[in-house]
Amino acid sequence: MIDYDNLLNKTVQEIKPSGIRKFFDIASEMEHVISLSIGEPDFKTPWHVRKAGIENLERGNIRYTPNKGLSALRVEICKYFARRFDTIYSDKDETIVTVGGSEAIDLCMRTLINEGDEVLIPQPSFVCYEPLCEMADGVPVIIETKVENDFRITPEELEAHITPKSKILVLPFPNNPTGGIIRRDDLESLAKVIIKHDLFVISDEIYAELTYGDDRHVSIVEIDGMRERTVVVSGFSKSYSMTGWRLGYALGPKPVISAMTKLHQFAIMSAPTTAQYAAIEALRNGDGDIEHMREEYDMRRRFVVDRFRKMGLDCFEPNGAFYVFPCIKSTGLSSEEFCLQLIKSKSVAVVPGNAFGECGEGYIRVSYSFSIQHIDEALNRIEEFLQEK
Amino acid sequence: MDKLLKLLSENSKLTTGEIAVMLNEPEEYIIKQIKEYEKQGVITGYRAVVNWGKVTDAPATALIELKVTPKRDTGFDEIANKLMSFDEVDTVRLMAGAFDFLVTVKAKTITEIAMFVANKLSTLDSVVSTGTYFMLKTYKDSGVSFDNDESEDDKRSLVL
Repeated sequence: MIDYDNLLNKTVQEIKPSGIRKFFDIASEMEHVISLSIGEPDFKTPWHVRKAGIENLERGNIRYTPNKGLSALRVEICKYFARRFDTIYSDKDETIVTVGGSEAIDLCMRTLINEGDEVLIPQPSFVCYEPLCEMADGVPVIIETKVENDFRITPEELEAHITPKSKILVLPFPNNPTGGIIRRDDLESLAKVIIKHDLFVISDEIYAELTYGDDRHVSIVEIDGMRERTVVVSGFSKSYSMTGWRLGYALGPKPVISAMTKLHQFAIMSAPTTAQYAAIEALRNGDGDIEHMREEYDMRRRFVVDRFRKMGLDCFEPNGAFYVFPCIKSTGLSSEEFCLQLIKSKSVAVVPGNAFGECGEGYIRVSYSFSIQHIDEALNRIEEFLQEK
Repeated sequence: MDKLLKLLSENSKLTTGEIAVMLNEPEEYIIKQIKEYEKQGVITGYRAVVNWGKVTDAPATALIELKVTPKRDTGFDEIANKLMSFDEVDTVRLMAGAFDFLVTVKAKTITEIAMFVANKLSTLDSVVSTGTYFMLKTYKDSGVSFDNDESEDDKRSLVL
């Protein structure tokens, strides 16, 4: 008999399973669940983008691509970055195409972290940073963001968590699950602290195209002195509704991207070829699609926030991504109790806020990547649930 | 397109309060605007999108293409008015292309439609020829996909 406990890597055994996952498992065993839990766009990939994929399949463009991705795609990524964030990257040395943004985050952590290095991670945030950091022998240091600061991190909070071992700051904005965004002046004051303490930044900007209101997303690399100490991670999943194509990218200084490419080359070789051809089309002719989806999300966002507030819950006004993060402390229930009771009595699935870090306790994450009719029905049931409390 | 009209054409059950929130406008403005549209005849009614395929005694539907000779002074309008006056006729559209009018006809049975075309439509003065196409199944209507064989279920997986 093999002792599997002995076989498996200690760190991977110690990694906690995702709190979202745990809740999904409960939901999947129930029938007729109406879900507001999925973190994936409900739109189909725009037709012209799918068609570009099909055409390249037909032509037999099915080989590996260069390790860093198709040259034409890297050129388009750099053009996009130049027109959107006014920052020039070299498509040859400073760009790598990855299997989703997640792979880029993993590569980045493994490329930068030495054993014991501390990685500053603002929470609530997406669930992958902590485990990926731990797998790279890094030490996660959590910075709890607060609703009164619009779930942004402040320079004081950052400063307070810095030790001589601090090496990396993860910047997860626009933020999943809170919908919080970060503005230019916030970034400018954070940059001072970052530079003072010689930190390196992994900026996860996968939701960059999904912000609402007048302020569009500003990338930290636009701030003086930050380009040389930042890897920007982004991708096609959220902006072009291309989740299943599995395509993301990272932009950064040449030495970092080269080292990431080394790992990527051995582990992945190259990102999916068909997806890369489709992504070229998305970047060339997809700006209108983004705008259309953004407008739709924005209407739903207003609808959901308004409904939660009318139900009497405190609901932070999210200005990015496609989630709202209402506070459920007034019910006297914990996040997990709330979600469990809601799914059992009303068959509505939402995600407990503490799945995104302990400081998410007292909140729930509600996704609005669903049709208005679907959202309306789910919210009616949540309202009934609250009235029965 | 006007966002208010787009929202209402997709779902006329939205309340003015809900629309106001979604479009970030005061509710009074939305109410006023809808009234204005109704007055101008931009909005002419509100109704449900019915998947007749799921109704047992649903009416039979046919699309009829008509070639006509336009009248000297009134052009196509006089003929259109005549077509519109039949109870069996559901929609009348003037088309650019190989024929002039596309008319949707509804009746209890296919036979009734056939008799209507033979007796009432093709006998009209100006009608030169007709072509009748019976509708078998509707997959999508007014932007709404119907739950046919290939259902539009949410196929998204629970990943993270």
